[in-house]
Amino acid sequence: MKRWHIVLFLAPAVLIYSVFSALPLLDTLRLGFYATNDAGASHFSGLSNYLTILTDPAWSSAFWNAMCNNFKFFLIHLLIQNPIGLILATFLSLKGLKFARQYRTFIFLPTLLSVVIIGFIWQLILSPLWGVSESMMNFVGLGAYFQPWLGEEGSALITLALISVWQFVGIPMMLIYAALLAVPEDIVEAAYVEGASSWRIFWEIKLPLILPTLGLVTILTYVGNFNAFDLIYSVKGAIAGPNYSTDILGTLFYRTFFGYQSQIGSPTMGAAVATLMFLVILCGVGAYFYFVQRKLTRYEL
Amino acid sequence: MRTLSTRHLVLATLLAAGTAQAGTVNIESWRVDDKALWEEVLIPAFQKKNPGIQVKFTPTAPTEYDSSLTARLTGGTAGDLITCRPFDKSLDLFKKGQLEKLDGKAGMENFPASAKVAWQSDDGKATYCMPMASVIHGYFYNKKIFKDLNLPVPKTQAEFFAAMEKIKAAGKTPIALGTADQWESNQTVLTNVGANSWKGEEGRKALIAGKAKFTDPQFVAAWEQLSKMGPLMGKGASAQTYADSQNLFAMGKAGVYPAGSWDIAYFNKEGLDFGAFPPPVAKAGDQCYISDHTDIGMGVNPKAKNKADAYKFLAWLGSQEFADLYTNKVTGFFSLSNHLISVQDPVAKQMLDWRKSCKSTIRLNAQIMNRGTPAMENELWNVSSQVLNGKMAPKEAAAQIQTGFAKWYAPQQK
Repeated sequence: MKRWHIVLFLAPAVLIYSVFSALPLLDTLRLGFYATNDAGASHFSGLSNYLTILTDPAWSSAFWNAMCNNFKFFLIHLLIQNPIGLILATFLSLKGLKFARQYRTFIFLPTLLSVVIIGFIWQLILSPLWGVSESMMNFVGLGAYFQPWLGEEGSALITLALISVWQFVGIPMMLIYAALLAVPEDIVEAAYVEGASSWRIFWEIKLPLILPTLGLVTILTYVGNFNAFDLIYSVKGAIAGPNYSTDILGTLFYRTFFGYQSQIGSPTMGAAVATLMFLVILCGVGAYFYFVQRKLTRYEL
Repeated sequence: MRTLSTRHLVLATLLAAGTAQAGTVNIESWRVDDKALWEEVLIPAFQKKNPGIQVKFTPTAPTEYDSSLTARLTGGTAGDLITCRPFDKSLDLFKKGQLEKLDGKAGMENFPASAKVAWQSDDGKATYCMPMASVIHGYFYNKKIFKDLNLPVPKTQAEFFAAMEKIKAAGKTPIALGTADQWESNQTVLTNVGANSWKGEEGRKALIAGKAKFTDPQFVAAWEQLSKMGPLMGKGASAQTYADSQNLFAMGKAGVYPAGSWDIAYFNKEGLDFGAFPPPVAKAGDQCYISDHTDIGMGVNPKAKNKADAYKFLAWLGSQEFADLYTNKVTGFFSLSNHLISVQDPVAKQMLDWRKSCKSTIRLNAQIMNRGTPAMENELWNVSSQVLNGKMAPKEAAAQIQTGFAKWYAPQQK
């Protein structure tokens, strides 16, 4: 065999990926088909876990509530985080912008912090007792509009999503920024010479060229949001109050798998929830590749 | 059969390894706050009597304790001694063979039957954790505010709400309480102030026997008290955490604080002048009930590497010396043993003295009721928080809990 080096070079990645990622995933899929009795012994039970989650009202209402919240969480990211990331990246890539590097660093900085710290800081900022937000709003005459946003059913999820947007906006910004830098100078210059405005150059030259990156950012956001858990857990705990209004699939999974307070954890039921999460992500990614990615035109530059 | 024999083989090897190198006794616990106390007071006291035995206290944060302990027990890496939650959490471990049976072990003879109930099989035939301590619930009040406004310590609910209105009128927060963390709404509020309405054990046992429902007036009355307390919680209470409430009360900005006795140590440290009163009764002269909850026990891991020493430590936990150290050094946890202990802290003593005039009960849903799906404890956190926030009517709260309970509990389905 002449191409033995391919096998050699692939081996470490394939080994590590299979042992720590693919096998556990397959085992989770398997575990979802089992159930445990009082003594902790597990036995094969077919689709019963899935039937419980999807048809038993006590489970299905929690599941659909989490799913619905998860979609809201994702939509807020999609509609706010990514456009802001695009705008920031466009400004940063403008020629002659002073302190561009400093801005870039500052905007990217929160991404490096632990989610637990972010959650804690924002909880303090928004606290109705000690937070600075109410006095800052008073300062500009908006004090009357202050609400305990993290404690209200209507606003808690949106607030958490916005905190997450604030933290992670640096990532789409950097990816799009890199794509914008890769747009060849001569095309842009040629357009200038032809008399195109910056606005038109952006819409008709730069945007089509970075569309594959925008697609990538969307799908990364989707996968990230449907796996999200840490921010909600650190701010609202695993029962994701008030009245489960911030419950997403990640917290539902945690409660089911590990248990929370009096709820005794069930690894098999948890595996079923994890499998459903996996399927949701798989369908989303699959649909994206089938309907969007295939049709994207990549320009040879 | 094969798995069984492998398990025995592993166990035997572990035991052999244990005796060969008399290792350290590791204690699993969720009491992160008490780490210094264990290391500086309790363990040295034990070692004085038992030289040569190494003991290590390795706590995990309370919210993560149960899940990480389960993982370690399953993986075979858990410590020798396991701090036990009361009732179903520990019963679940026992059923899975992850806790030793302790009947007849040294030290167990020092505990009354009532203290052991929290760690016994349903038929009462097997006990698997040694009772360590209980916590008592009630209200703390800020002595200065009560004196300044000339308020008497309330005995009835009418007096209580009248006092709260006066504190509110004086521009202070009447009740230091928030619902962001949700658990307080049940553990220090509903099962604390509600015990008087459902007559403590009488109401709790009636629910278990299927003779009463949550929708009965005596339980709805408890949520009605919560709905009255809601507007007295102060601004933005829906986003106020447990730590926020503690701070608010410690800074002297609130009149009362629905408390668990474990908070005594914290407020002592903050230097606050406070007293305690039991939850007010409906009308003067009524029998009073307090939530006197068996909270902490200690069990032995069947796969312990150092079982002989673990039992020596357990025997010491049953001694007068430990009872005295634990009650007086870990202020707010009360030993469950039969030994006579003199309590030194004034507020702790006050709370313990309520046992003489009021009848004790454990937290309403602690036994049996937490077993099914939906998990009642979590549901109670949720609905009680909503009642406090004014988002749910007391009757709706009762109906939701009753529906969830009747769904899986046979005696409630009649």
